[in-house]
Amino acid sequence: MSEGDRAPAIHQDEELVTRRSFLGVLLGFGTVLMGAALSIPLIRFALHPLLTKTTEIGWSDVGNVDEFKSITAPVKRLVKVQQRDAWREIVSEKPVYVVPAKNGAVRVLSPVCPHLGCSVPWNEAKQEFICPCHVAVFAIDGGRISGPAPRGMDDLETKVQDGVLMVRYQYFRQLIPQKEPLS
Amino acid sequence: MAEPQHGAENAKQPGGSRWQQLYQWIDRRTGIGSLLQEGLDEPIPGGARWAYVFGSVLLFLFISQTITGVFLALYYVPSADHAHTTVAYIVKEVTGGKFLRSIHAYGSSAAVIVLLMHLTQTYLYGAYKGRRELLWISGCVLFALMLAMAFTGYLLPWDQKAYFATTVGTNMASDVPLVGTWLKRLMRGGDEMGTLTLSRFFVAHVFLIPAVMIAFIAMHVYLFRKAGPAGPPSEDPVNPRLPTQRFYPRQVVMDTIVALLMILILGLLAHFAPTELGPKANPADTQYVPRPEWYYLPIFQWLKYWRGPYAIIGIIVIPAITAALLMFVPFIDRRLERRAWRRPIAVGVFLLIFAAFVAMGLMSVRDDQRDPSIAKQVAKQREGTEQFMREPFQPAGAASSLSAPVVAVLDPLAAAGKNVYGSESCDACHGENGVGTAAGPKLTGTIAQTPTDELSSLLRHPTPKMIEGGMQAVDISDDDLKALVAYIKSLK
Repeated sequence: MSEGDRAPAIHQDEELVTRRSFLGVLLGFGTVLMGAALSIPLIRFALHPLLTKTTEIGWSDVGNVDEFKSITAPVKRLVKVQQRDAWREIVSEKPVYVVPAKNGAVRVLSPVCPHLGCSVPWNEAKQEFICPCHVAVFAIDGGRISGPAPRGMDDLETKVQDGVLMVRYQYFRQLIPQKEPLS
Repeated sequence: MAEPQHGAENAKQPGGSRWQQLYQWIDRRTGIGSLLQEGLDEPIPGGARWAYVFGSVLLFLFISQTITGVFLALYYVPSADHAHTTVAYIVKEVTGGKFLRSIHAYGSSAAVIVLLMHLTQTYLYGAYKGRRELLWISGCVLFALMLAMAFTGYLLPWDQKAYFATTVGTNMASDVPLVGTWLKRLMRGGDEMGTLTLSRFFVAHVFLIPAVMIAFIAMHVYLFRKAGPAGPPSEDPVNPRLPTQRFYPRQVVMDTIVALLMILILGLLAHFAPTELGPKANPADTQYVPRPEWYYLPIFQWLKYWRGPYAIIGIIVIPAITAALLMFVPFIDRRLERRAWRRPIAVGVFLLIFAAFVAMGLMSVRDDQRDPSIAKQVAKQREGTEQFMREPFQPAGAASSLSAPVVAVLDPLAAAGKNVYGSESCDACHGENGVGTAAGPKLTGTIAQTPTDELSSLLRHPTPKMIEGGMQAVDISDDDLKALVAYIKSLK
């Protein structure tokens, strides 16, 4: 552009220019300040899902506790999980594994691999849980045997109420050695 | 910031601070300096005035409406089965949702008020004169577009008020000769109001009309700069003679002050008197008294006077002539004389129409207050809205709304009762599946838990309080009553 080197302001009246530029700074500053103040409700509005606590996860029925007393291999069950999904209430089905009792207490494992979150199936022939994605291998009780997973399969919180086994379905943070629930 | 190869160039301004250097770096590449100069140094004949602030304030309101609208769209779903739930979610659950929605809703009213002030100011100052015909016409188009924005936006919450006001509004289209019925069907996406109506209004409100508005705003501002500010009424509109003052700083400061005042008013209103959401639209409600937003009340009142074969004169011909008069006034009032007292006809007609509008709006309010049955129904609707606002947010697909129909199907007696419920028009007041409406309380919950005998006798012999609320004694066979009671009891 030919005007590239021209001075931007016309210096006709020094005093006027200073007054004008002072006002300009004041207006610019005020506008930025007002804009920032006005954007607070907008940001809070947009970040609502991140700033509010997710609703507590309820208990889901797995089945009669007697069914699982004498199992010798892990049993896969679909549990119904009721969740709030923003403005709607949804019921989704999630798979869980009920594993044979050790010391009398039935345990329920989440099939979500603690490595990268693939669904881990029970391998009947090898009697192991083997993740199809990166071949993380887990024992019948969910303990880590080999592969890239940083920890064993995650237990889900359980309770028995009126003879019914119930589970609280949760997700856990992946790629870390300790079990840490995602809220 | 300075690029090494331009070192010599930067050395030309030894006193320049880092900020000035940054500004010059940007300016050489963008020409922002001359653009700002062009924008801010616009000469105003006769100097800055408070009377000229309305255009800038309108632009500010348009930006505010755009921003709040985009944010509201984060949570809104435009379908008949979700719209109301998502707006309720915004209002009752989302942080700052009630506030933001109120800013948007009050913002539309503010835009109408400021637009009327802008129109009145430019009209009385004769600012449409002197090669400003297209500037004026583009402004009139923007006026119409903004009314269309208000009309389409009104339906989106899908509450009772929105549904019935739009039913009336779209019905009016059918009075247009020849294409009326087709036009109505086009707007509604069918013969009746439904989810397609909502989609259409949504697309018009957020995509089509805003796009056209932006084009016309650009045109309006461009034509304004091309013609230049008209200045005070004593000024010659073509060859201004008065000493000028630049747009910046005085006029900018005035515009900013009024815009800030506007934000303050909107913020206070939104905080202390947030816009309310009524119960979900219930097409079966036969008692609802629909009323449009305040700025449509004059037209609403006007339409009351036109019935029968001559209705078309009042509904189409007269409004069309009025709109055409306003739009083409620069071609009718052609003299260069701008002072209002020297243009008695132009100004007189304008003020007369303006006064008629105000009078009709006031008459509409007075009519409603004078008619006891309407006043009572309006009060009831008001109560229904307040009641709905007090209730906690009910997520869609929640247990209570799902279980009722399921139980009704499982129990044959209750299923028969559901038919009675429908055929006796219980749903007209108590809503589908007894969820309640503005006209009648919900039956789910406490009422459904009333003992069977008590419920039967209440249906046969309502209490005086129930009768006062519009409940009539149910006149059906004993078997049907038994089924009905079984159905109501299944609603818990």
